[in-house]
Amino acid sequence: MNTREPGVAGRIEERVLAKIIVVTSGKGGVGKTTSSAAIGTGLALRGFKTAIIDFDVGLRNLDLIMGCERRVVYDFVNVLNKEATLNQALIKDKRTPNLFILPASQTRDKDALTQEGVQAVLNELSRDFDYIVCDSPAGIEKGAQMALYYADIAVVVTNPEVSSVRDSDRILGILQSKTRRVEAGEDPVEEHLLLTRYSPARVQAGEMLSVQDVEDILAIPLIGVIPESEAVLKASNQGMPVILDQETEAGQAYSDAVARLLGDQVEHRFLEVQKKGFFKRLLGGK
Amino acid sequence: MSIFDYFRSKTKNASASVAKERLQIIVAHERGQRQQPDYLPQMQQEILDVIRKYVAIDQESVNIQLENNDHCSVLELNVTLPDR
Repeated sequence: MNTREPGVAGRIEERVLAKIIVVTSGKGGVGKTTSSAAIGTGLALRGFKTAIIDFDVGLRNLDLIMGCERRVVYDFVNVLNKEATLNQALIKDKRTPNLFILPASQTRDKDALTQEGVQAVLNELSRDFDYIVCDSPAGIEKGAQMALYYADIAVVVTNPEVSSVRDSDRILGILQSKTRRVEAGEDPVEEHLLLTRYSPARVQAGEMLSVQDVEDILAIPLIGVIPESEAVLKASNQGMPVILDQETEAGQAYSDAVARLLGDQVEHRFLEVQKKGFFKRLLGGK
Repeated sequence: MSIFDYFRSKTKNASASVAKERLQIIVAHERGQRQQPDYLPQMQQEILDVIRKYVAIDQESVNIQLENNDHCSVLELNVTLPDR
């Protein structure tokens, strides 16, 4: 297919096709949609024209997390079935310029996703977007396979917990065998670990797997650690990607992760227990 | 929480190290299976059937492993025959 320099995305001088990022995990509830929304928004904030696609056909939720649920008219499956054009289905984000959302269908079933259909949509998007973020459904069924098949980059969202780590490893196996890149004999999909819901205090107490533990087991480069944070629920309540809340640790950690995704060297933060000052303790601060 | 609990807590609650150990074992095992070709279980069954024509053995007595080295793959077949 297309030839391009790995690691170079969306340069103006020489128009290259969009980079396709899949946000995947195997296990459900680890923060795929939260992370897709944050990463997509973060890329758009940096000036890249970005589309986030919800691949969870039948259980769409990206629209709620992005706060555009009342603006959904047409969806991904409508586009696949040629009942609507891509431009009709894409929702322009109201907060962030350069950002578009393609919602999943709420009524159809997973079989609506066909390889040719997905490829056609991604090809069309590739022409005028810099990044396409594919929000994968949980599991390893068709929807999840479709979400990762065309990926150039994979962000594997993992919680520091046994079942999530095991499922992430399973997904890594699929990324290494069932993708377009592997089948075409190209460079393999770039894999990145995003550790979410991390609690330094529990790690220190020996109750939670540490960053190092998870890195040792999965053996893929770490792109970010998102601390367990009340801000995530607060943001989803409001339909706002948490990365927009730069007052919070989770928001800042996502910004760092996006920077690393773009190749910046950023030191990891929020890995240690924050020491409470004497007065803060006295006053009962959190 | 007394001051003694504070010093003990590291060893008492070190469930994370148990989790890491269990994960390392299961992940290594599952990765091993992932690299196996799809035909291996069926081949194992057929080999078992052939041996059964001559000796009464059960499923667990046959162990097949495929090891990939740099240049060649080694198919290791281990059959435990019952005591005579």
